[in-house]
Amino acid sequence: MCTYLTDTLAVRGSAKGAEGWFAVSDASVYFDHPVHAAAEHTLNIDLRNPAAGPAARVAVELDPAAARRLAESILKVLDSAAGTLAAAAR
Amino acid sequence: MTDPRTEALQAEPVMIAGHGGDQIEAYLAQPLGDGLHGGVVVIHHMPGFDEGTKEITRRFAAHGYLAICPNLYWREAPGAASDDAAATARANGGVPDERLVGDVAGAAAALKALDSSNGRVGTIGYCSGGRQSFLAACSLPLDAAVDCYGAFIVGIPPEGMPLRVGPIVHLTEQLSCPLLGLFGSEDQFPSPEQVGELEQALRHHGKTYELHTFPGAGHAFFAADRPAYRPDAANEGWQRIWAFFGQHLAGT
Repeated sequence: MCTYLTDTLAVRGSAKGAEGWFAVSDASVYFDHPVHAAAEHTLNIDLRNPAAGPAARVAVELDPAAARRLAESILKVLDSAAGTLAAAAR
Repeated sequence: MTDPRTEALQAEPVMIAGHGGDQIEAYLAQPLGDGLHGGVVVIHHMPGFDEGTKEITRRFAAHGYLAICPNLYWREAPGAASDDAAATARANGGVPDERLVGDVAGAAAALKALDSSNGRVGTIGYCSGGRQSFLAACSLPLDAAVDCYGAFIVGIPPEGMPLRVGPIVHLTEQLSCPLLGLFGSEDQFPSPEQVGELEQALRHHGKTYELHTFPGAGHAFFAADRPAYRPDAANEGWQRIWAFFGQHLAGT
């Protein structure tokens, strides 16, 4: 199926693409057909800078279980860093 | 009847006038040699104006049709790689229906303007393009249309989906030409029930149509470069397409 399921959000940071590092301003998260991964559907993430053109993009296509583990890992690391983040905010 | 297939063809990127007169890129493939040919507008799937779609376009030319595929993402991402263009279009909410119709109209006009056109033009679309093929056939005077597993002709898209697609089955009365629909029994978008609902609308309005649902096939069973590929369904599907376009588009 073509799910069309797409979530978009603003982000701040940097990513390394085909032509080196660039600032990212937008992200798309979607569950749909991959371009490259050998699966019918994957959890896809695009980190983008539309102001720099369509090629300013870092893309990943992940197996759904792997995507969930990645999300949990991100949250675990952020939770562990909560003290540091709080100190930095003071 | 002579075999319309030809080994000699020419394929190249061109610029055409799309919706609102905008210049957009397209991929044109045409058989070489004498004679007049029917035209096919190929509507690419959501992953965009990619290698697989260009290969399909050349395949129609090899079977004796003038074929053109407009790059529906040209405005958002001129000159970009097809996957980057698709990502940009998705983030922007997809292709508005009105613009799609204008781009298909421009592509059909470009085919009819060719000296070797027989004046007949049809459409074929895959995935999101299947819905758009039906939409074009309900909005423009065409001679034939093929819908390959287009979702959301019938049915409401999932909640929270930002893309601009909605059900269009209410347009069935305006369908201007015969319709061929090719679907997989394992597909959920469109589901066999939704295909049944489409058939009900076609029958109700007295339209000429044939819908085929292939057992053991899901969505995108024509895509030879994806795990969804189902050779039996794809091979029979291509036979249905050649018979259908042969009846409605081919000839002088």
